[in-house]
Amino acid sequence: MKLHNISFGNIKRRKGKMLFLVLGLVIGISTVVTLLSITESMTKNIEERLNQFGANIVMVPKSENLSLNYGGIDVGGVNYQVREFDQEKLADIKTIKNYKNLSIIAPKVLGPVKVNNKNVLLMGVIFEEELALKTWWQKTGGTFPQKENDVILGSGVASLFGFKIGETISLSGNPFNVATILKPTGASEDDAIIAGLSVSQNLLGKEGRLSMVEISAFCQGCPITELTLQIAEKFPNAKVTAMKQAVMSKMQSIDMFRSFSLGISIIVIFIGSLLVLVTMMGSVNERTREIGIFRAIGFRRGHVMQIILLEALLLGIIGGILGFVIGNLIAYGIIPLVMKDGVFAGINANLGIVSILMAVALSLLASLYPAFKASNMDPSEALRSL
Amino acid sequence: MTQVNHLIEIQGLKKTYQSGNTKVDAIKQMEFFIDDEEFITIMGQSGSGKSTLLSIMGALNQPTQGKVLVDSLDLYSLSGEQRADFRSEYIGFIFQSFQLIPYLTVLENVKLPMAVTGQKKKIKNQMALEVIQRVGLETKANRLPDQLSGGEQERVAIARAIVNKPPIILADEPTGNLDTKTANEIMMLLQSLNEEGHTIIVVTHNSDMGAYATRSIKVQDGECFA
Repeated sequence: MKLHNISFGNIKRRKGKMLFLVLGLVIGISTVVTLLSITESMTKNIEERLNQFGANIVMVPKSENLSLNYGGIDVGGVNYQVREFDQEKLADIKTIKNYKNLSIIAPKVLGPVKVNNKNVLLMGVIFEEELALKTWWQKTGGTFPQKENDVILGSGVASLFGFKIGETISLSGNPFNVATILKPTGASEDDAIIAGLSVSQNLLGKEGRLSMVEISAFCQGCPITELTLQIAEKFPNAKVTAMKQAVMSKMQSIDMFRSFSLGISIIVIFIGSLLVLVTMMGSVNERTREIGIFRAIGFRRGHVMQIILLEALLLGIIGGILGFVIGNLIAYGIIPLVMKDGVFAGINANLGIVSILMAVALSLLASLYPAFKASNMDPSEALRSL
Repeated sequence: MTQVNHLIEIQGLKKTYQSGNTKVDAIKQMEFFIDDEEFITIMGQSGSGKSTLLSIMGALNQPTQGKVLVDSLDLYSLSGEQRADFRSEYIGFIFQSFQLIPYLTVLENVKLPMAVTGQKKKIKNQMALEVIQRVGLETKANRLPDQLSGGEQERVAIARAIVNKPPIILADEPTGNLDTKTANEIMMLLQSLNEEGHTIIVVTHNSDMGAYATRSIKVQDGECFA
C-alpha cells in the first residue's frame, strides 16, 4: 500500500468529478493548441505564398546618386556610371547565417541591345530561377526557353515590332528564336527581351558581371531586415533592399492573430484553472471524513498533501495529452475553414511536451490551495463528521 | 517512595468548545490512569464527553487544560507532525460506523496505516494478511467494504487498527451498529486482542459491554467516576 494507491483509487471512484476536472484542463489546453496550430499553419502558408509572390530582397550595386525613377517613370537627366557585381562573388551569399531561408536567388544582367535599329532592354536571367520567382508570368503560346538562343519577349516589345512566336529576331546582329511572348504584366518585363544569362552577358559585353540580384526569402522567427543585413555585410558594394511591405503586412496580421490567440488562451486557461480549483475544493470538502481517518491513523500533513497533488499530477497528464490530441484535431478541421487553401501544419512534438507540462503545472497550481487546506484540516474537526 | 508509571495518565483534563458565543464544557475535570494491558470501557450517555475524551487520548484533540501522558510522554507538548507519528506507532483507532475507505478493498483498507511506514511491500502484505486471517476474513480480502456485512466491516476496522501492532487500541462505539450476537463476537475479539497484550479502551453507551472489560470508567456531564 502506497499513497499513490489512494490517489488512483479516489480517481477511479469519483470518475464523474474527475472527468469534469480533466475537462477543464482539456478545454484550456486544446484551445491553446488549436490557436497555436492555426498560427503555425498561417505562418507556413504565408511562407509558401511569399515564395509565389516573388522577390522580397533586391540587391543592386551601390551608387553615389539617387534614382530619378518612380513606378517605371524615369524623370532622368542624370546619367551615372552603372556599376555591376562580380558574378563569382555571388557564391558568397551561401555563407550568410540564414542562407537556408533564401529560397530563390535570381541574378540578372541588364543592358541595351539593338533591335531593328532601336534600343531595347535586354534582361539576362537564369530561366530556372526566374520562372520560379515570377510565377505570374503567363505565356501567350509556345514554350519557355529551352535552348541557349531562345528568348522571351515582353508584350510591349512584341507588339512594337510585330514579332511572333517562333520567329527569328536579330539582337545586335545575332539571331535569336522567340520561344514565347508574355502576356502583359504591367511591370518592366513588358518592355524587355529576356534571354539566358551568359548569352546576354556576351551580347552586352558584360561577361561575369551582374546588374542585380532578386532574392525570395522567408524567415520564421527572424525579421527580413536581419537577412538583408547579413547579405549587406557579405556584399559591401551592394545596396540590399528589403521589400518589407509585403512581408510586414502579412506578418502583422499573423502577429495580431497571435496576440489575439494569446489573450484568448490566457482567459481560457484561467477559466480552466478555476474549474480545476473548484472541483478539487469540492473533492477535498467531500473527503473531510476520509482525510480525518488518514490523519487519525498517522498520516502527516505532507502525506495528505501528496495524495491530493498526486491526483492533480495524474489528471494533469491525462488532461494535457487529451487537450493536445483534441486541439490538433480541431485545428486540422478548422484550418481549411478559416484560411483559404490553408493546410494543417502537422503535429508539433515540442508543443505536445509543452502542453502536457502546462496541464500538469496548471493542475498542480490550482490544486495547491485545496491540498494545503486538506493537509491543515484539524483531525478532530474532520472526525466530528464521522 | 516509589514512582509508579502508568501507560496513560490523564491529569487535570478540561475541554471547552466554543459554539458561537456559547462555551460548552465537554470535559469539566478529569483525572485518571490506565495501565498497560488493561481492557477499559468508558461508559456514559450521549453527550457525556466520552468521545471527546477518546479523541484527546488519541492525540487528535488538544485539551483546553491538563495533560495526557502516554509512557510518560506529554502528548500535547509534541508538534502536530510528531503527534501524527505517535498515532501511527502507538494508537489503533476503531471508529464508530467502521469508517472504511469505500474505494479500497479489505486488504488495501487494512494496509492503509502502513502506507506511511517504511516496511517493504512483501512484509506489508504478509502483516495485513495475518491480521485479516486473525479477524476471520481471509476469504474476503479482495472485496470492497460495501460487499461485506456490518460485522465483517467491523472486523476489517479492527484489523486496520491492529496491523501496525500498536500497544493501545481506542474504539469508539465499536458495537453501536451491530446486532447483539455480532456485538458480542466483536467484544470477544477485542478481549482476545487484550489477552495478546494490547491495551484496549472502548467508549460505549451500552452497559452490557462492561462485562468484557477489566475495568470501567463512567463519564457523566464531563466528569469521570472510576
